[in-house]
Amino acid sequence: MSIESAKSKDFISENPDGSSLWKDAWIRLRANRLATISLYFFIFISLLTLLGPEIATSSYEDQNLNRTFAPPGAESLFGTDNLGRDLFARVLHGGRISLAVGFLATSVSLIIGVAYGMTSGYLGGKMDALMMRFVDILYSLPFTIFVILLMVLFGRNFILLFVAIGAVEWLTMARITRAQTLSLKQAEFIEAARALGYSHPRVLFRHILPNLLGPVIVYATLTVPAVMLLEAVLSFLGLGVQAPMSSWGSLIKEGSEKMDIAPWLIFFPGVFFSLTLLALNFLGDGLRDALDPRAAKE
Amino acid sequence: MMKFLEINKLKTFFHTRSGTVRAVDEVSFSLDKGEIVGIVGESGSGKSVTCHSILGLLPQPPARIEGGQIRFQEENLLSLPEGSLRSLRGKKISIVFQDPMSCLNPFMTILDQVAEPLIIHENISREEAERQAIEMMEKVGIRDAATRAGSYPHEFSGGMRQRVMIAMALVTKPDLLLADEPTTALDVTVQAKILEILKSLRKELGISVLFITHDLGVVAEIADRIVVMYRGKIVEQGKVEDIFRKPKHPYVKGLLACRPTLDCKYHTLPTVDDFLETKLKDDGTIEIYEHTDADHRLRQLKAVNLSESGPGSETKKTLVKVSDLKVYFPGLGGFPGGAKEQVRAVDGISLSVKKGKTVGLVGESGCGKTTAGRAILHLIKPTAGTVVYDGKSLGGLSRETLVEYRKKMQIIFQDPYASLNPRLTIEQALTEPMVVHQIGKNYNQRRERVVSLLEEVGLSSQLLLRYPHEFSGGQRQRICVARALAVEPEFIVCDECVSAMDVSVQAQVLNLLRDLQKKRQLTYLFISHDLSVVKFISDDVVVMQAGKIVESGTAQEVYANPKDDYTRDLISAIPSPYNLVK
Repeated sequence: MSIESAKSKDFISENPDGSSLWKDAWIRLRANRLATISLYFFIFISLLTLLGPEIATSSYEDQNLNRTFAPPGAESLFGTDNLGRDLFARVLHGGRISLAVGFLATSVSLIIGVAYGMTSGYLGGKMDALMMRFVDILYSLPFTIFVILLMVLFGRNFILLFVAIGAVEWLTMARITRAQTLSLKQAEFIEAARALGYSHPRVLFRHILPNLLGPVIVYATLTVPAVMLLEAVLSFLGLGVQAPMSSWGSLIKEGSEKMDIAPWLIFFPGVFFSLTLLALNFLGDGLRDALDPRAAKE
Repeated sequence: MMKFLEINKLKTFFHTRSGTVRAVDEVSFSLDKGEIVGIVGESGSGKSVTCHSILGLLPQPPARIEGGQIRFQEENLLSLPEGSLRSLRGKKISIVFQDPMSCLNPFMTILDQVAEPLIIHENISREEAERQAIEMMEKVGIRDAATRAGSYPHEFSGGMRQRVMIAMALVTKPDLLLADEPTTALDVTVQAKILEILKSLRKELGISVLFITHDLGVVAEIADRIVVMYRGKIVEQGKVEDIFRKPKHPYVKGLLACRPTLDCKYHTLPTVDDFLETKLKDDGTIEIYEHTDADHRLRQLKAVNLSESGPGSETKKTLVKVSDLKVYFPGLGGFPGGAKEQVRAVDGISLSVKKGKTVGLVGESGCGKTTAGRAILHLIKPTAGTVVYDGKSLGGLSRETLVEYRKKMQIIFQDPYASLNPRLTIEQALTEPMVVHQIGKNYNQRRERVVSLLEEVGLSSQLLLRYPHEFSGGQRQRICVARALAVEPEFIVCDECVSAMDVSVQAQVLNLLRDLQKKRQLTYLFISHDLSVVKFISDDVVVMQAGKIVESGTAQEVYANPKDDYTRDLISAIPSPYNLVK
């Protein structure tokens, strides 16, 4: 049997009218103005940080000790820091790292958390108890000690940062997913699915997973800022991003120390950070509504 | 002279994004002191909104009272400020809600909750309030109130909790009691007791009661006068006897006819649509046209019955045979490994269902009838006993072979809202079982089948791409029926599948089930707590109590002369307006 026929047997993908969940969701998302604006803003910020080094006149690590603490102006758009580095370049470069950490770590936590929580909730009974106790044990490990341990074992590594953060953030995601799965499992449409002889994977992926999306997406959008802040904390401890590299978190930390002499040092990274998070939250809210067919469709 | 409560041209509208809903549209009626008036109507008729408008309990927006007056003891409640309204609530006007399970605070003792309105509204000591609360609890029939008062709500049964709710409402000796479907969630025997209590309290305390329900039987049992509401308007009001003997409005006629009764003469139930037709006008109001040929239609429905009851439709083959089925659940509490007390949900039942026939399984909530239905389908693993389907025992089957039987045996659930995945369109929901069981070769064939299934259950194929939430309860239940039929089953378990519906919708679904049975030679196990519905649809009846079968036989036999005391109690507890008319 070819892969093609296996596919069409198991999933109802053929749909001439193309009115799939995702297409409907896209239409509904577009109808939500705040979410659409947030989406475009977010795309803009992502492009900006991605193309940052191309736009900025100087590199994020070039020091110019003759121009320390220069206020924002024509020469350097956002001013300079204590070593005379161009803040504009540093903010764009920092955004790249912050967003990368935020999204990679959130994706890691999303995938592990949802898969783990869904399995645990669906299996139930002893297996569920066992899996959740494991989560409890991981919860009880102090985070910083856990990261330091990782660094000591595997050496300081940028990738390790994602792993460490992701490994901690998935725990809450797993708990949320499990709780949702437990209550969904009781729903009569799941029982109807069993009565119709659907296989377990089908029930899980077609009937439970889509109904988990709402809370999961909202929690994921809350995870992104949390992860960015965690990264800042780690950087501060010297475990994360190291100078001269920057991230929004570490820029804000530096800026807060020099707030009284050079307020722009906290202002610009702060504005970028908060606006991005705000956009993400609106987008998350919009996505949750858009993915729920019950939400007003005229 | 001023009436005790007078509602005059009350208009309550809901302003939503999709337009204005005229929930209550120029409703006028009155209530005398010491009188019980019943408001009857189906869901969405505006009966609850009227009731909540009286106390100003509606969320505003979206609700807005657009006009009219509510005069209670000379005061216009609509112009009262929120503060004075609040001091009225619970003191002079009390309300009892439908669901006794969710209306009590699980963290407060019964005594605290019953005494709370007294402490808030009267200037008396805590001891005095508690004394009065216990006194009231005894009046509503809670035995040993003084000793049980310290318990928490979860320690009380549904009927007991509703008594607590009534005690809470009456403890301040209000003048008016608003009862919003207070017995709908209860078993018939408990309902009969609650109605008895309300009637005796009316005499004793001289309160007036506005009793809201969808069940004409209940209202006949308790009310002096009836107000019938339909789509936000009052279509008829008058004395109970008058309405039951000589209903004037076509809707009321339909409502009276469509409820199956124990002495039901119809083979196909009449529905409200046999009596009237409605047209939506541009301004959101509706116009009602009476069918002049309603009498003719009813005669036709009766005629079908006569030709149908002849011999020849007998089948001998037993399709499902259940012997000594037991389902035990491990009890809560106890330490792991320690001895736990088992809950014997189903405790050794045996029954058999003949092909093409319907067996009704009746019992009160908690008697194990639902568990039994699921165990027969092997959705729950039975603890002991066998289920033989078409000569083959389901017990030892592997998962793979059981899937084959899933095709032959189906189930329709009680709640059509919960039994459809909200994220699948109707088309997806109906195609999926065919994909799983490889019915239909390709997409187009399946789609054709979906269309014909929808037509078979009386829905338009234009609805294919809609999601479940866009349908009404009755329509959703039709979709559930279509989904069950998608795999071409022979045997369907109907688990309380019409219990959550209005009588007019219930009649339509019952008719649909009957028609399908005839057309497709279906076999039903019909589980319900409603004896008259079971009587209507079943050939044989099995009565369950506490996990055991107490009586079984043909429907005629069991209802005509019940042998068991429990069955007799159940039958006599059915509120029957027709006793009163005879």
